[in-house]
Amino acid sequence: MSDEAQSRVNDFVVKLANVNGTGSASANSLFMKSIFRMGIPVMGKNYFPSNIQGLPTWYEVRVTRDGHTARSGNVDLMVAMNAQTYREDLAEVSPGGYLLYDSTWPRSRDLVRDDVTVLGVPLSGLCNEHFDGARARILMKNVCYVGALAALLDIDLDVIRALLEQTFASKKSLVAFNLSAIQLGYDYARENFDCPLPLRVEAMDQTAGKVMIDGNTAAALGCLYAGATVGAWYPITPSTSLMDAFKAFCHRYRVDPDTGERNFCIVQAEDELAAIGMVLGAGWNGARAFTPTSGPGISLMNEFIGFGYFAEIPAVLFDVQRVGPSTGMPTRTQQCDLLACAYASHGDTRHVLLFPSDPAECFETAVQAFDLAERLQTPVFVLSDLDIGMNDWMVPELAWDESYRPDRGKVLDAGQLEQAKEFYRYRDVDGDGICYRSLPGVHPKGAYFLRGSGHNERAEYTEDAGEYQALVDRLQRKWDTAKSMVPEPAISDSGNQLAIISLGSCDGAVREATEQLGRRGVALDYMRIKAFPFGSAVQEFIDRHERLFVVEQNRDAQLRTLLVNELEPDMTKLVPLLHYSGLPIDSRFIIEGIEAFIAKGVAA
Amino acid sequence: MSFIRKPKIVYKGQRTNALGLTRRDYEGGMSTLCAGCGHDSITTALVQAFFELDIEPHKVAKLSGIGCSSKTPAYFLDSAHGINAVHGRMPAVATGANAAARDLYYIGVSGDGDSLSIGLGQFAHAMRRNLQMLYVIENNGVYGLTKGQFSASADIGSKAKKGEVNEQRPIDPVKAALALGGSFVARAFSGDKEQLVPLLKAGIKHNGFAMIDVLSPCVTFNDHEDSTKSYAHTRQFYHPAVHADFIPPAQPIEAGGDEGGVLRVNLHDGSQLLLRKVAPDYDPHSRAGAYSYLDECEKRGEIVTGLLYIEEDRASMHEISQTAKQSLRDLEYDKLNPGAETLKALQSRYR
Ligand SMILES: Cc1ncc(C[n+]2csc(CCOP(=O)(O)OP(=O)(O)O)c2C)c(N)n1
Ligand code: SF4
Ligand SMILES: [Mg+2]
Repeated sequence: MSDEAQSRVNDFVVKLANVNGTGSASANSLFMKSIFRMGIPVMGKNYFPSNIQGLPTWYEVRVTRDGHTARSGNVDLMVAMNAQTYREDLAEVSPGGYLLYDSTWPRSRDLVRDDVTVLGVPLSGLCNEHFDGARARILMKNVCYVGALAALLDIDLDVIRALLEQTFASKKSLVAFNLSAIQLGYDYARENFDCPLPLRVEAMDQTAGKVMIDGNTAAALGCLYAGATVGAWYPITPSTSLMDAFKAFCHRYRVDPDTGERNFCIVQAEDELAAIGMVLGAGWNGARAFTPTSGPGISLMNEFIGFGYFAEIPAVLFDVQRVGPSTGMPTRTQQCDLLACAYASHGDTRHVLLFPSDPAECFETAVQAFDLAERLQTPVFVLSDLDIGMNDWMVPELAWDESYRPDRGKVLDAGQLEQAKEFYRYRDVDGDGICYRSLPGVHPKGAYFLRGSGHNERAEYTEDAGEYQALVDRLQRKWDTAKSMVPEPAISDSGNQLAIISLGSCDGAVREATEQLGRRGVALDYMRIKAFPFGSAVQEFIDRHERLFVVEQNRDAQLRTLLVNELEPDMTKLVPLLHYSGLPIDSRFIIEGIEAFIAKGVAA
Repeated sequence: MSFIRKPKIVYKGQRTNALGLTRRDYEGGMSTLCAGCGHDSITTALVQAFFELDIEPHKVAKLSGIGCSSKTPAYFLDSAHGINAVHGRMPAVATGANAAARDLYYIGVSGDGDSLSIGLGQFAHAMRRNLQMLYVIENNGVYGLTKGQFSASADIGSKAKKGEVNEQRPIDPVKAALALGGSFVARAFSGDKEQLVPLLKAGIKHNGFAMIDVLSPCVTFNDHEDSTKSYAHTRQFYHPAVHADFIPPAQPIEAGGDEGGVLRVNLHDGSQLLLRKVAPDYDPHSRAGAYSYLDECEKRGEIVTGLLYIEEDRASMHEISQTAKQSLRDLEYDKLNPGAETLKALQSRYR
């Protein structure tokens, strides 16, 4: 085998173009999982419309022996199942690549390109001959192309069989049904093409101890393990599946087997204003409570978020970010709510934000968020995005430390209240800006009447200028305390002059880009911000470097704006590198951006 | 302006309740409302109701939105926690609070602006969930705190202080509650404590959402001639349809049922309501009947009051959700966390 061909084993991208509502999602996930089961690292991204049936949808699978977690920016094999998008799908294929299409009907004039090998498989024809009923034919057409891909890419049929047996464990007849569709495609490809293609898979052992899980499911597990008991929400893509998952886990693990009693309460609220109100009510009353939402929900929650900040009530919000505002691109990913969350509401308000970079971190961060919210007595935001929340990522299996106990923060119990001479809800006894709270119903001495802005140390109503100012100054002290409580940035620093600052779901693309640029002689350090407020490590990293590319997924450089606003950096050092198409960022974008910047500097 | 603590005066021979507490133990800070404001009378009635029910004050959670009415939780039960939330959104806070700890009594105080305009949605949905709480609307037909604009409960033809006449149909919280499936629907008048106190007690003990619309004149902005929410107008057209007497569980109780104009209703905790019907054929168990009775009286300009509708056995939010009997906030962490082994096992389907 030539080096060229060898270089493509376990290292290529397959993109599948489908029509939504045709059942392609399960076929595509079968395809990806079968490669994962062969021990080969994979990445899968789903690009779907805000629609139930009939619009274009794509699924991108990157087979990546080196374990990259982001898009590369290339497409090596396109499975073009949607005639509406033939033209753009063909255009996207990298030179030397392949396109597979349904050749039941004459080949479209849109499907001609000299540097792409076009493979026709009469999928509809095969399925129409073999299966009865319109729906079965449509569904099996998808399974059939998985069969063809298995032949073309050398995927182990036994692995596919095992997966189908597992998926349809309760409906055995479906296993044979699906397998026959796989076989149809497989046999056709073997008979008509030179199988396997130079792009192909070869079993590895790189997925042991790994799982493929989406961030919303992992975050829901985090809520379950953190001991959250109250969840309130209003459905919105891409956050809905978080509450769906939490609900499913609760029904499995939180129902008393003897009494049927449920150790949780999930309320589907009338809107997001109500959802956050419920979370604050529950937090005030001492339960761990959360709400998952997305940008439009955050907008609606603003008044209450400020109330939570001033009244100092623990709350956890998951903002699974999507392109905004309103509709149009609600099913596309972005990191566009940083500023909206950091300074949400009216008055002097600032909020703790956490930025998980993948589903495994969604799990950990969810647990951290509840501890931080209770320690700091304030709303805490977990900012993930559609890419992390809804795509299956390969991550190390989630593990739980049995010694974990929830950190409830400074809460006085009945005994302590009984002992206390007087109770001051808002007095900074310890000098860290965090006061002691009491829960309703615990002891008469703990009672207070809670309001938004106008309260003194005893939580009594005041419009006194000095008392108000003392309150907001103390909240500022608490903010400074938060800097040392939130997760530190992840830093890799080899003393280079150039560096990247990034966050969240950009991580995989950034790491791949720094590796590749390093091989091309551009050495970069990297700091991944994991939380807001920024601690001193962030300022120091910026100070140490001459030029820092701030890589993020929004148009307005929101992370850069936060850095400039909150720290004292030399602004000219911070070069924005912004990806905001609605698709997840790819490594090529970063590489090209940095190379272009350097070339410009050399030319100048 | 600041909070004014009321001095605690204890004198000999002061009446105490079964807990040995005096009425003063059920009071709060000094009211800062206008002298004569209807809301203050409701506060007094609430103090009396809680006192007479022998409820430990700190086992109550008080909630309100924003408005003159919503300030009043500061003026009763000062050893109970309270939350003065944001405008129109108290029902959501109450829902979450109740979700977390079902073992407390919840009382929400709202205004006609707070519940019928900005908060109409939350008001409706708390009712739909049959959240267990007493929900009092202190209804004066205006926005008191923002100085006298018409609210959604202003009647057609009612005149504002500055002369403007309201032409829009009012939203009647009682009719709304009937239509939205409210399980306890009552109207009262702040000026009639005899009627109000037993209604409040019944509402506190009701297993679900007890809505009481209390006409509560605003002396500063809506108590003039040609206002239909003035003391004078309310007194003149006020029409009690059903009078409720509240009988606590300790007293001997007779079987429920209708006996010549007196209806006995058993409440969940063993207490009983004696409903004396001024209109003899009025049926507080008939939603449609209540609605058409209201309609008829309205045509004559009468303001119907009393416990107008009750459904004792509608499932409440927690019953529908099958929530644990023990308050969720008190559950041991061990009961909530499925453990490391389970986490390992459940991930097999992600491989
Ligand atoms: C979001 C918001 N909008 C407007 C206001 C201003 N505001 C305060 S109280 C009030 C009306 C209160 O009317 P009502 O509930 O009838 O109470 P009342 O004062 O009459 O007892 C308004 C509009 C506010 N506090 N918040
Ligand atoms: S303005 Fe009206 S509602 Fe407000 S306190 Fe005065 S009388 Fe009462
Ligand atoms: Mg009013």
